[in-house]
Amino acid sequence: MSNLDNLYREIIMEHYKNPRNHGLVDNSDYKSNRIKNPSCGDDITIQTLVEDGKIKDIKQEATGCSISVASASVLTEIMIGKTVEEAKEIVNAYLNMVTDKEYNQTIDLEEASVFSGVKKFPARIKCASIAWVAFKDTLE
Amino acid sequence: MEKNNWKQDFPQQDDNFYYFDSAATSLKPNSVIEKVNYYNRELSSNINRGMYDKSQKATELYEEARQKVANFINANENEVIFTRGTTASLNLVARAYGLENIAENDEVLTTELEHHSSILPWINVASKKKAKIKYIDLKKPGKITVEAFKKAITDKTKVVAINYVSNVLGYITPIKEIVEIAHKYNAIVVVDGAQAVQHFSVDVKNLDVDFFAFSGHKMLGPTGIGVLYGKESLLDKINPIEFGGDMSLDVNKESFGWKVSPTKFEAGTMPIAEAIGLKAAIDYLESVGLEKIEAYTKKLYNYFYKQVKDLEDIIIYNPNSDTNIFTFNIKNVPSHDAISYFAEKNIALRAGQHCAKLIHDHLKINSSLRGNIFIYNSYQDVDYLIKTIKEAISYFKNLGF
Repeated sequence: MSNLDNLYREIIMEHYKNPRNHGLVDNSDYKSNRIKNPSCGDDITIQTLVEDGKIKDIKQEATGCSISVASASVLTEIMIGKTVEEAKEIVNAYLNMVTDKEYNQTIDLEEASVFSGVKKFPARIKCASIAWVAFKDTLE
Repeated sequence: MEKNNWKQDFPQQDDNFYYFDSAATSLKPNSVIEKVNYYNRELSSNINRGMYDKSQKATELYEEARQKVANFINANENEVIFTRGTTASLNLVARAYGLENIAENDEVLTTELEHHSSILPWINVASKKKAKIKYIDLKKPGKITVEAFKKAITDKTKVVAINYVSNVLGYITPIKEIVEIAHKYNAIVVVDGAQAVQHFSVDVKNLDVDFFAFSGHKMLGPTGIGVLYGKESLLDKINPIEFGGDMSLDVNKESFGWKVSPTKFEAGTMPIAEAIGLKAAIDYLESVGLEKIEAYTKKLYNYFYKQVKDLEDIIIYNPNSDTNIFTFNIKNVPSHDAISYFAEKNIALRAGQHCAKLIHDHLKINSSLRGNIFIYNSYQDVDYLIKTIKEAISYFKNLGF
């Protein structure tokens, strides 16, 4: 498989075209975080609802390239239902995976593992990370 | 097919790399690299300070570079200030002239076409001074016209901050006409010439511009060196924004003075090797001839444009660009997805907003792909680019974009 084909996996395209948990809510119980990347025009907002140390719900709105939109969508699917501690571990493992650093392989990245192809495209690491970094801050 | 006689002078290229990102920064010919290396290897001495031969030689070469730049744009030597680049030049004007001369309710007239370096310094001045930023209406597909300028200028306009050539759309602004009108309103005109000087000859006296800025690295020169031209009468009136070595006079515990232009604006050790390299870049451009370069690249651009303009899945935002800059998107494909395809195929283009968000807002797009055909591009390069654009279109279509 070429580097490009490994980047544009079917699951990524599927999330890009049908992003999950899309659309923001006007509810102050959700912790909201917006990150823009001025060089490429990515604009991503993540809203997280935490109850009793567990992630009850996530909403996202992402404009940008397929990788940034899909990674926001995949994130929401994986994280809903996890504890805050589990979520933080997964985020760290994911961010290390896309930047081609060592990470704890025993952590199950579920569908997010399809973004491993990003590490061959250093210029696209930001695209794959932006939603995850935004999400991480909502947990603090 | 016409052969490219200059490609061989640019060592950054090989048979498997296709460089179309010259609007971001140009490649550098051997003669420029050699001059920069010569300074570092043989001289490496400071200017205006040492009494030894190598310092004298460095000072001579640095001032020769200034003379070369002055001749290149038809200015006097004391009107040519070396800076870090266009951004530093335009910030110098905004801080040294703008902050001192703009008052509440004054207007700064500009356009949505500006590169951030041409507009952010003035937004900063306007917000500090409670002045207003006003925008000249653009004519489709994004051109500045004298008619629209006439409508926008008022008695309150103090500064016109405007590009000579848009770094996104590549159209040439009618600067001479604009300056003439602006001066009737007693407004000064600050021109961002970063995309102009490498394409056609610029005569600042004939244009009668008040300030004119450009960078070395977009005209075959090194990074880290740029130029601010200012009219002598204006440079005499404004104060330096950086204080330090070499620019100063009569230093006391409580006060100091400064020298005249250009030295008063060149505090500290300047990018000496880069200034010398800039002279070599101008020598190179002049040895080929700007008109000859433009005639060749225009032919190449037309050859390219004719073959891509009617492709079904391409949107070109600047039809018939004046300066061989082409800005486009593949339909339904975000520019950052497309750019990865081109990068994999060893084609250098640029994706994003190109430090010019406002024109993307104006065009109602998020981002775009930009390329530029320049002196070292060949017909073979352009053929490969066209072929790859077509392949990219079908690649992304097949993926489901």
